[in-house]
Amino acid sequence: MTNLAIAANGLRKSYGDKVVLDGVDLAVPEGTIFSLLGPNGAGKTTTVQILSTLIRADGGTVQVAGHDLARRPDDVRGAIGVTGQYSAVDKLLTGEENLLLMADLKHLSRRDGKRKAAELLDRFDLVDAARKPASTYSGGMQRRLDLAMTLVGDPRLIFLDEPTTGLDPRSRRSMWQIVRELVTAGVTIFLTTQYLEEADELADRIALLDHGRLIAEGTAEELKRLIPGGHIELTFAGTHLLEAARHLVEAGVPDPEALTLQVPSDGSVRSIRELLALLDDHSIDVAEMSVHTPDLDDVFLTLTGQQKETVR
Amino acid sequence: MSTLALAMRDSSTMVRRQLKRLIRYPSMTVQLIITPVILLLLFVYVFGGTLGAGLGGGRHVYVNYVVPGILLMAAATAATGTAVMVATDMTEGIIARFRTMRISRASVLTGHVVGSVVQQLVGMAVLIGIALAIGFRPNATAVEWLAAIGMLTLFVVAITWLAVALGLKSSTPEAASNAPMPLVVLPFLGSGFVPTDSMPTAIRWFAEYQPFTPIMETVRGLLLGTPIGHSAAIAAAWCVGIAAVSYLWAKKTFNKA
Repeated sequence: MTNLAIAANGLRKSYGDKVVLDGVDLAVPEGTIFSLLGPNGAGKTTTVQILSTLIRADGGTVQVAGHDLARRPDDVRGAIGVTGQYSAVDKLLTGEENLLLMADLKHLSRRDGKRKAAELLDRFDLVDAARKPASTYSGGMQRRLDLAMTLVGDPRLIFLDEPTTGLDPRSRRSMWQIVRELVTAGVTIFLTTQYLEEADELADRIALLDHGRLIAEGTAEELKRLIPGGHIELTFAGTHLLEAARHLVEAGVPDPEALTLQVPSDGSVRSIRELLALLDDHSIDVAEMSVHTPDLDDVFLTLTGQQKETVR
Repeated sequence: MSTLALAMRDSSTMVRRQLKRLIRYPSMTVQLIITPVILLLLFVYVFGGTLGAGLGGGRHVYVNYVVPGILLMAAATAATGTAVMVATDMTEGIIARFRTMRISRASVLTGHVVGSVVQQLVGMAVLIGIALAIGFRPNATAVEWLAAIGMLTLFVVAITWLAVALGLKSSTPEAASNAPMPLVVLPFLGSGFVPTDSMPTAIRWFAEYQPFTPIMETVRGLLLGTPIGHSAAIAAAWCVGIAAVSYLWAKKTFNKA
């Protein structure tokens, strides 16, 4: 079994009567990107705050980077890096000074600190702005500086709390690229986001959080197969083939004009193979075929909708 | 490195951060220096003739009398600035970042305190320079000067820790700007601007027992040779007490948030 960067069991947190986390279990293997996905108020930020030692959980046991969160928070702090939703840079200091501040707090020697700062400024495309106060930076630049500061101590586990919220599409893409490079280097990423596209794009595993509970977990593909709505679209060369196929596959929905037949399917390889074998057995030629799986949007809306109905 | 050595290192890092911030954002410092200077000029040139006459002299007598009061008032005004700065800092994401790092927690607060103390001592030096230029004539020896500076520094440390605690306790920077207000009034309700024996009984009782009075009497005694009596010991006790309680209060508040 691979080592877990985060192992949480029965994580609970409430503020007064308001239950924010209601028994959350998490298992994040080292060197992977795990995404916690959920709408505003689902408890994503609270989860990150607990896992990064900012606030204490009311209940549950948590190991972060191999250390017990409740008993050895300082060891956890030594292994993690956090880039929060609100930019955690000192706006009165320059980009370079911010990085050197982090190097000092990570107890790097002056020379190592300077080298690290220069390297990160270069890597995050901040060399030109290095000597300007962070208050003059654009949103995307501040977020890049923020992440660069997180990387000063070479953390093994990085929490990214909605790292691209409020960024323009180009900045978002460049942030994604950086995240991918980090994982290639063996870092574990715990990412929260409200963008399904982002989780789909980056994460190895995704957990859906809603009202303080995990309502589903798996790879993006697994999650998409959880709900109905997927289908295989077959295109035929002529009406007679379409008709023959329609008789054969009872559940199919034909479109005579486009000469297509939509067959409900979970999109798995086995079901596709079976369908094609069936058509092949009856010598029905398929001109084109495409598989449509629902996107995470469908998954999310369906699952959170169900959740609400069972609660009420 | 030992825990203490690490704490010292983190604190000195935070002090450097704070000093850089103060230099980068000088308007607050300038305001904190100018306000007491204006008050000094106001009290000496507008009220000084009459108030000095009450002390059995004139304006030149009053300059000597009022300087310790103005010095403490400058520190009290600066405390407001410190509280606001701390409260503002707490609303920034950078503090959340510090909390998720393996650093000495108190170092963040120590940075603020040392930064503010340096800022205030610079302000006091400017104030004393201007006071000397307009007729302040202390007769202190070098040792007495050092003792007076020591007393003032102790007071500034105490009031700054108090300001840090008040700043942490405030929910917003606006609230933080109100919390230290009473401190600005205390020099008036003491021996800062007129001798306490000219006051009505109730106010005089308060004036003689509140912490600012023994501190002002000590500074006045050291610089101008007026009798000090027990004031020095009482003043030191007040300062150490305020500093210790405020330090613990601030640390607890910071750890809890």
